[in-house]
Amino acid sequence: MKKRFYLSLVILLVASMLLSACGGVQQNTGASGNVLTVRSDGEPPNLDSAISTDNISFNLLNAVMEGLMRLDKNNKPQPAMAESYTISPDKKTYTFKLRDAKWSDGKPVRAQDFEYAWKRALAPETASEYAYILYPILNAEKYNTGKAKAEDVGVKALDDKTLQVKLEAPSPYFLGLTSFATYYPQRKDIVEKYGKEYALEPNKMVYNGPFVLASWQHNESYTLKKNPNYWDKATVKLDGINFKIVKEVSSAINLYNTNNLDVVPRLSQEYVDAYKSKPDFKRVPEAVTSYLEFNMKKEKVLRNVKIRKAIQMGIDTNILANNITKDGKPATGFVPPTLQGGNGKLYREQAPAFVKFNKDEAKKLLAEGLKEEGLSQFPTMELLGDDTDVAKKALQYIKEQLRTNLGINVNIRSVPFKERLERSKNGNFQIVLSRWGADYDDAMTFLDLFVTNGGFNRGGYSNPKFDELIKKAKMNPDFNQRLQQMVEAEKILVQDDAGIAPLYWRDRLNLERPNVKGLVHHPFGADDDFKWVTLDK
Amino acid sequence: MGRYILQRSIYMIVTLWVIITFTFFLMHFMPGSPLQNEERIPPKLKETIMKEYGLDQPLPVQYVQFLGNLFQGDLGKSFQYNGRDVTELIFQGFPASAQVGIQAVIFGIVIGLTLGVIAALRRGSWADNLATVVAVLGVSVPSFLLAGILSFYVGVKLLWLPPAGWGTWQHTILPSLALSGLVIAQMSRYIRTEMLEVLGQDYMKTAKAKGLSRATVVFRHALRNALIPAVTILGPLTINIITGSLVIEQIFGIPGMAWLFVQSIQVNDYPAIMGVTIFYSVLIIVSIFVVDILYGIIDPRIRIAGAKE
Repeated sequence: MKKRFYLSLVILLVASMLLSACGGVQQNTGASGNVLTVRSDGEPPNLDSAISTDNISFNLLNAVMEGLMRLDKNNKPQPAMAESYTISPDKKTYTFKLRDAKWSDGKPVRAQDFEYAWKRALAPETASEYAYILYPILNAEKYNTGKAKAEDVGVKALDDKTLQVKLEAPSPYFLGLTSFATYYPQRKDIVEKYGKEYALEPNKMVYNGPFVLASWQHNESYTLKKNPNYWDKATVKLDGINFKIVKEVSSAINLYNTNNLDVVPRLSQEYVDAYKSKPDFKRVPEAVTSYLEFNMKKEKVLRNVKIRKAIQMGIDTNILANNITKDGKPATGFVPPTLQGGNGKLYREQAPAFVKFNKDEAKKLLAEGLKEEGLSQFPTMELLGDDTDVAKKALQYIKEQLRTNLGINVNIRSVPFKERLERSKNGNFQIVLSRWGADYDDAMTFLDLFVTNGGFNRGGYSNPKFDELIKKAKMNPDFNQRLQQMVEAEKILVQDDAGIAPLYWRDRLNLERPNVKGLVHHPFGADDDFKWVTLDK
Repeated sequence: MGRYILQRSIYMIVTLWVIITFTFFLMHFMPGSPLQNEERIPPKLKETIMKEYGLDQPLPVQYVQFLGNLFQGDLGKSFQYNGRDVTELIFQGFPASAQVGIQAVIFGIVIGLTLGVIAALRRGSWADNLATVVAVLGVSVPSFLLAGILSFYVGVKLLWLPPAGWGTWQHTILPSLALSGLVIAQMSRYIRTEMLEVLGQDYMKTAKAKGLSRATVVFRHALRNALIPAVTILGPLTINIITGSLVIEQIFGIPGMAWLFVQSIQVNDYPAIMGVTIFYSVLIIVSIFVVDILYGIIDPRIRIAGAKE
C-alpha cells in the first residue's frame, strides 16, 4: 500500500512537470541583449484598434501600429504614416499625404486603410466604445448614431496616398488625435479574412508600427520584435520587448529587484516612500484631476456659492497631494498642467491659479454663507468616494480638514468604482470625490464637462456665462482667442462659482532601470512609447 | 448503489440550476454595465452597444436565452475580451490552475504525512511540538500571506526560486507550497491522531512480539491503517485548494483562472461570470460526489448505512 501510494505520488509529480514543460520552457529574459523587459498589469483585452478601450491594449498597439501622426516626447504630433499635411484656411479640411510605408506583410499602407478603419469604428454594428473620439470629423456622430450614411462621413481617400478629412469645427487638437488608437489604419482584406477572430492572435493581424507582435502567451506574457518593414526602422534600436503580465505590484517589484524586469509602470502609491530617493523612480504627470463635486440639485445649502467656496478653500491640498496620496501635485485649477491650450502652448502656463488654500478666509465665507441660508451650523453630509486604498486615505484626510478647519462634519462612504459612477449619475450623493482624465490633448476635454446639463455634470452646476464661453470657444477658429475664452470659463467655474473643488493632479509612478534611455511617456492615450528606447550597457 | 448514484445526480443538477439562477440574477443587480469606458460613452452610443450585446432585452428573456444556449454547450462570448469564447478563456487558464493545485495537494500530503508520522512516533518531543506549531500556522496563516513571505524571502532575498512568473517548473514550486499550508496542517494532525490510536491497538503489540523490525511495524501495520481515514479528508481539502488559488495566482502572476473570476466580476463581464461560476460549481459538486462515493468504498460502514435508506 505504502509503496504504491508513493509511486502514484511520484507519477503525479512527473506528470505535473511534464505539464509545465508543455507550456514551453522560457529563457530568463532579463536585461540581456537589446531586449527590454516590461511589466504589463494585465492581459491585453482587445487589439482591434477600432474597438480597444483600455491602457494595456493602447500601449501595445502604440508599439505595433502607427497613425497619421505619432506623439514625440513633448506630446507634439509628428508626421508618421503621413509625410506631410495641409490645413485649409477655415481650419476645417485636412489633407494628408502618406509616405511610402509598408504593412508587416509587405503591402503598402494606403489612404483607403484609414478611411476603412475610421468608418468601421463609427459603424453602429461595430459597437465601438471609443467611436465618439472620432466625432470631430464631419457627420461622424450622425453616422455612429444611425442618422447619416457612411458616405456622409468627412473622411475620403482621394487616391492611394492622399487622405482628405473634413471636420465639424476648427479643432486645434485634431492633429494630435490622429495618433490615438481608434485612428490607426486597418486592412479591409485582413479584417474581413479573420472576421470575429481578427486580432485575437499575433498571426491574425498585420502591423505598420515600429514593432510586431511575435508571440502571445495569454495572460502570461507577450513579446514584440522589431518590424523590418517599418519606414523608420533605422531609428528603432531595440531588437524586441518582452512584456510579462504581473498583476500584483508587490510581485512586479520582487521581479524588478531580482533583475527579471527593466520597467515597472504604474506602481501603487504605497511604494513612494520606499523608492522616491532611488534613481529608478519616475513620476510621470498624467492628465487626471481629482476634485470634489457638489450636488446642487439636491442640497439647498450647497447652492450657496460662499459655502462651496469655503469648502474649496478649506482643504489644504498641498498636504493631500504630497503627504497623503503622494501620487500627485496640488491642483491650482481644474485643467491639469500636461494639457495643451490649443495655441501651441500649454494651457496651465497661460492660466493663473484659481484655487488657494486659506483657512481663515474659508471660515469667514462659511459663516457668511450659513447666515444667508439662515443656518447656525452646516448639516452633516455624506462624502462619497471610491474604495481603493488611496481614495480612502484621501477621503479620511478631507473629512479631517473640513472638521478642523471649518467645523463641518461629513460621513465617509467608500464604494466600488462602478457603484460610485452609478450613484453620481443618478444624483445619489451629496459631495463626491470624482476623478477625470483627458480624452484628448486640449483643455476643452476638461472644461466642457460642466456645461449646463452636460453628461458628466453630476452636481447640476449651471452658469449661462460659462456655457456661452464654452460654446464660442468650440467654434472659434482663432486659437488664441479660444484660449482666452477657456481661461475665462475656468475662472468662472472654479474661482467665481466654486462649482467644483479641484484637489490634485495625479502622477503615474514608474520604476525604470537607469540604463533604459529614451522611453517616452504620455499623459493619456498610450502610456509609453518604446520607439526611441536604447539600452546603455 | 446504482439508485444512490442516480439520486445524487439529480440533486447535483438541481443544485447547479439553483446556483446558475441565483448568480444570473444577482450579477445583474451589480452596479454598472459591462462597458469598459462607461463613464464617457454618449448615451446614444451606449444604447447601440447594449443592443449589440443583447442587454436591451428584459432580464427574464435574457435568462431564458442564456439557459437555451447553455443547453447547447455555448457559454457565449466575453464582453471584456471581445470576440473570445468564455469556454476558450476558461480552458486557457485551467491547466495552470490545476497544475498548481495538484502540486499543492502532493506537497501537502508528503510533508504532512512525514510530519504526522514523526510527531506520533516521538510524542512529546521537540519534533512533536514543531509539528504542532507547523499545523497551527498552516491553519491560521492565510495562504496569501504565506505567498508574500515565500516570494519575498525565498525569491528575492535568497534567490533560490523565481519570486513570480510562469514558464518553468521552478516557477510552480512557491505557489504550490503557499497553497499547501492547509493540507500540511490537516494531514499532519490527522495522521498523528490516527497513528497514536493505531499504535495503542493490541495487534501492534502482536506485531512487535513477533519480532518484526520497528520500520515494518510502523510503516506496514501502523501507517497503513492510519492512512485510510486520512484519505477521506482529501476531497474537501482539494476543493479548498481550488478556491484558495484565486489570490495565490494573482500574487505569483500565474496564467490560471483566478484573474478571470475576479476581473469578470469587477467589470460586469456577464458571460464570463456565468462561465466561471458554472465551471467552479461543477468542479466542486462533482468532487463532493466523488468523495461521497469513495467514502463508501473505503469505509464499508457508510455503504451499509446508505443501503438501509
